[in-house]
Amino acid sequence: MPDQLLFAMEVMLNGLMAGVMYALVALGFVLIYKASGIFNYAQGVLALFAALTLVGIQQGQVPFAHLINAVTGLHITHFGWTVPSALAILLTLGVMVALAIVIEKLVLKHLVNQPPIILFMATIGMAYFLEGFGDVMWGADIKKLDVGLPQGISETVESATDAMFGYGFFIDNLDIVATLVAVALVAALTIFSQYSKQGRALRAVADDHQAALSVGISLRFIWILVWSIAGFVALVAGIMWGSKSGVQFSLSLIALKALPVLMLGGFTSIPGAIVGGLIIGVGEKLFEFFAGPLIGGATENWFAYVLALVFLVFRPQGLFGEKIIERV
Amino acid sequence: MNAMTEGYMTADGRKIGGVLMELKNITLRFGGVVAIKDISFDIRDGEIRAIIGPNGAGKSSMLNVISGFYTPTEGSVWFKGYQRGPMRPYQVAQLGIARTFQNIALFDGMSVLDNIMTGRLTLMKSGLLSQALWWGGAAHEEDEHREKVEKIIDFLEIQNIRKTPVGRLPYGLKKRVELARALAAEPKMLLLDEPMAGMNVEEKEDMCRFILDLNDEFGTTIVLIEHDMGVVMDLSDRVVVMDYGKKIGDGPPDEVRNNQDVIDAYLGVSHD
Repeated sequence: MPDQLLFAMEVMLNGLMAGVMYALVALGFVLIYKASGIFNYAQGVLALFAALTLVGIQQGQVPFAHLINAVTGLHITHFGWTVPSALAILLTLGVMVALAIVIEKLVLKHLVNQPPIILFMATIGMAYFLEGFGDVMWGADIKKLDVGLPQGISETVESATDAMFGYGFFIDNLDIVATLVAVALVAALTIFSQYSKQGRALRAVADDHQAALSVGISLRFIWILVWSIAGFVALVAGIMWGSKSGVQFSLSLIALKALPVLMLGGFTSIPGAIVGGLIIGVGEKLFEFFAGPLIGGATENWFAYVLALVFLVFRPQGLFGEKIIERV
Repeated sequence: MNAMTEGYMTADGRKIGGVLMELKNITLRFGGVVAIKDISFDIRDGEIRAIIGPNGAGKSSMLNVISGFYTPTEGSVWFKGYQRGPMRPYQVAQLGIARTFQNIALFDGMSVLDNIMTGRLTLMKSGLLSQALWWGGAAHEEDEHREKVEKIIDFLEIQNIRKTPVGRLPYGLKKRVELARALAAEPKMLLLDEPMAGMNVEEKEDMCRFILDLNDEFGTTIVLIEHDMGVVMDLSDRVVVMDYGKKIGDGPPDEVRNNQDVIDAYLGVSHD
């Protein structure tokens, strides 16, 4: 096979992997949108906050150290212990659930029956507050996140492809792990929402608040549940992206990458988030590969949006989104 | 003991039990508007109780008080002999009171089967974790509930639309699915807000038959609001008549029909 074709294949494969990473972020959006019709602008920041908290707990950082030091005149930064990764992840999950409860109590509870735009504005507020809050709590410096996921180029894939085509593919181990995690996550979430009591309640709330109340569903419990799940998905995305590129402010900007994914896949579909992510991932890598050299590169920043806009024209509800049928 | 506590037999031989719910001096205000003025009545176990009245009389508000969507401004609601404090609607549902809505509140995106299954949410016992992991009793429980739901589907004769998304169904069938969902909760008391509104004669006859059958077969107490007088007089054991938020009549259909206040409210009376 010609080298050029093999190289294109490698680019495509890498695109698929990148797509999975986008999809992980998009999933969080879909969950909340499906269950409450809210476009949660804070999803990216939620991932950043989860990653910050995870690193903080893992390294035994004192939360609000800067604040405490400023008030008391002490100079503490760390407790002096480290927490094993698995335990730290569990503790972070606990923090995300607590955050969901606080969000419901302080914000959502008071905005029942408000139009979606109001709730959208509320999530913008939450996003910026949470970003600052994360800084105050854990410090603004760039942190390294290591929960023991394999890093670097996969030698297995390289030698296997080398033996097959005489050309070794460079695939990141972390991307492979991310793919497996994403597949498991989507399967679990789909089964949960389709076949469990809470999943059914969740879809019911998304459809009609009044009817949901009449069959005995507590809206508040469902909202806490759905924001907890979104927090969990944010944690997974935070771990993957944090391991890849460090935990820092720019992590919250991955949300912007999830937007075109959502437009493509549909805001209400979990499989749509995955397929959308893959199309965007492959699309932008291949476009960069073929057209990049002609027009001077840096196409990855905007190509996804062009693709999404084209989709909007032909299929506004996205690939898997629900088409609204109304009888008149 | 008198008939008030002991219950009575109907003409067609159904036994009506003691008082299931008692509403005492209910007043409901929205700001300056008084929707319900000092109304008291009771609902007996196994009874079909109708609430009628002209448009804007406060019938739906009354139903919403019973279902817990509204908390009365004054007065008290007694259920099974206990006074009911302010409750959230989902808690009332858990007490065994199910309802349908005047303008149909179904989950349009979900299939008929899933809609009816939501009716059983309050009866499902397995916890969040076992549900999430599909472990322990969760799978078994789902089967059990599914069986009950299938019975209701048979009862209401909607087998052929089981998998259809509710949004695609015609109006009459939607009403029937809503009734099925309410029934799925195995309610002690069923509240129907205009179950026949907008139906043709045939659909009305079907709905009447279902209401009578389910009352007969499951002993469900039914409170219904309805505009079709023929239907009300045929179905109900006792009727409450409301006008401008006040109760102007209460009793068996024949008695209410001949009540002068009721005739005035419906036909109008000259104010000179």
